[in-house]
Amino acid sequence: MMLADKDRIFLNLYGRHGADLESAKKRGAWNGTADMISAGRDWIITQVKESGLRGRGGAGFPTGLKWSFMPKQVTDRPHYLVVNADESEPGTCKDRDIMRHDPHLLIEGCLIASFSMQAHACYIYLRGEYVAEREAMEKAVKEAYAARLIGKNNIHGWDFDCYIHHGAGAYICGEETALLESLEGKKGQPRLKPPFPANSGLYGCPTTVNNVESIAVAPTIIRRGAKWFAGIGRPNNTGTKVFCISGHVNQPCNVEEAMSIPLRTLLEEHCGGVRGGWGNLKAVIPGGSSVRMITAAMAEEALMDFDSLSAMKSGLGTAACIVMDKSTDVVRAIARISYFYKHESCGQCTPCREGTGWMWRVLERMARGEAEHSEIDLLLDVAGQVEGHTICALGDAAAWPVQGLIRHFRHEIEERIDRYRASKGLHQVKMVAAE
Amino acid sequence: MSVRRLAAEQPATFAFQPATLEKANWWIAKYPADRRQSAIIPLLWLVQKQEGWVCEPAIRALGEMLGMPVIRVLEVATFYTMFHLAPVGKHHLQLCGTTPCVLRGAEDLKKVCKSRIGEKFQVSGKGLSWEEVECVGACVNAPVVAIDDYYHEDLSPDDLEKLIDALERGETVKPGSARGRQTSAPESGALTLKDPALYDGSLAAPVKLPNLPEPA
Repeated sequence: MMLADKDRIFLNLYGRHGADLESAKKRGAWNGTADMISAGRDWIITQVKESGLRGRGGAGFPTGLKWSFMPKQVTDRPHYLVVNADESEPGTCKDRDIMRHDPHLLIEGCLIASFSMQAHACYIYLRGEYVAEREAMEKAVKEAYAARLIGKNNIHGWDFDCYIHHGAGAYICGEETALLESLEGKKGQPRLKPPFPANSGLYGCPTTVNNVESIAVAPTIIRRGAKWFAGIGRPNNTGTKVFCISGHVNQPCNVEEAMSIPLRTLLEEHCGGVRGGWGNLKAVIPGGSSVRMITAAMAEEALMDFDSLSAMKSGLGTAACIVMDKSTDVVRAIARISYFYKHESCGQCTPCREGTGWMWRVLERMARGEAEHSEIDLLLDVAGQVEGHTICALGDAAAWPVQGLIRHFRHEIEERIDRYRASKGLHQVKMVAAE
Repeated sequence: MSVRRLAAEQPATFAFQPATLEKANWWIAKYPADRRQSAIIPLLWLVQKQEGWVCEPAIRALGEMLGMPVIRVLEVATFYTMFHLAPVGKHHLQLCGTTPCVLRGAEDLKKVCKSRIGEKFQVSGKGLSWEEVECVGACVNAPVVAIDDYYHEDLSPDDLEKLIDALERGETVKPGSARGRQTSAPESGALTLKDPALYDGSLAAPVKLPNLPEPA
């Protein structure tokens, strides 16, 4: 059953109504904000913890817990909130809709989160390509200042400045420490952790970096109660989530739905089903390009949440489903994803800088069939050596799609190699028993 | 990683236009006074808006303006791929070539760009240029081409041809879905967010927050 409209948070997801302050207020934004602040920071953090909200940027770390990691006392270093709006994970385009259509929910969330972490300033880091979204955010921030909802001596009694910043086309800046480096005016190369940003983040000060959606849902969660949010979805996978469904469905779209919605229901109820019918489905990448793909048979069973998908050795990631029907050349599709990681590697760690390019080149050959059977295992081996051996998770993100491809579609690569070799008159690879 | 270098031919000088300078100061004011370097990306962007690309004298000027060594500005300018290190056309098309767009026909759009404009980064006689970029983050509206900053979505090769025709005639083109879709909603119309009670103002009525602590 579809989530009831009254249980949705982003009431202007499609921009059918105004994004201005007055319209946002009419939809419930900035309602009760002062009461939240007067209830105190511990109370707010407790509400967010009890709601079970897990970070919406991909890793799924509990948001309330993250907020509680900030130092309890402010010393000589100010605290900062940084919002990660560098939405660049292939398949993902949810924050874009929040920023252009519901910006006030985000700004209100920034105030609430900053207050609960004793930050007086927040930077929202948008990807450089989102020019229209940046203009929408600047406009909303200006309105909020004019209405004294934020700023010095605002009506909420917590001095708070909200600044819009932007990048210039680097996927890696979605990694929180690379984002901080970039915000400091440097190349976006991830930092070693520890120290974690909560101790030493922006300008060496205690900083929390949260995804747009995690911040933007917080005020509504508090307005409606942690129990309401926790009652949607399954335990450990609670709440609503904006899903982005792209690729071979009849009607690609963004939609806010309950967590743990069956993947098949999501595709059939909201997206008009898979192109050519469910039987025409080949594979789904369920959480943005970084996670391992799942097959049609697995998609039948999958629930769109953290636990169900990680049990399938995939992941919810950003909840961006890339749907591929039987016409798809999966090897080429993953080769293109590998090219993406090669292009976006920051070049800092050798396994990633060299490995991403190596994997892409091998996959390009495999897509043509111009390879040896033994190279499939070699590719898997190299992917395993990139995974977990880099400063940030880009190395993992580059390895997982390759591993997913080989896990589920090894036969297709092998058949292609055989076909290519036969066409060139080369001898077929001898089949050797496993022993 | 992408390896990028400055163009071989560079102008001798660079000067900020007053409007650029005003915007630059607006950006610099967003950061703590001793952290002016934070403004480097927005400022490089302003330079690109003014000149069409980022030239070497501008890199030096920005270093001076923000108190940064030139090499640090150079690092930033070459690291971030949205900065054009050589001139591009009057209108520059960024075609998304990542998998979600490819699944919806980006390869066909690429052919249109090649036949109408030329090779990547080549400026056509009519002042157009194009490049293939990585995921622009509008995947449910794939395939997408950004023209001068704004996204044109749900494009067929025909749609793109028409856009290029219009640009070549010197017309302005309207961004958004080529198929008349309401942003990211399903093409046949939104299936959700139809309850009128969400929009009648009733949600603005004062709320009593649940689980508030007992007043002391």
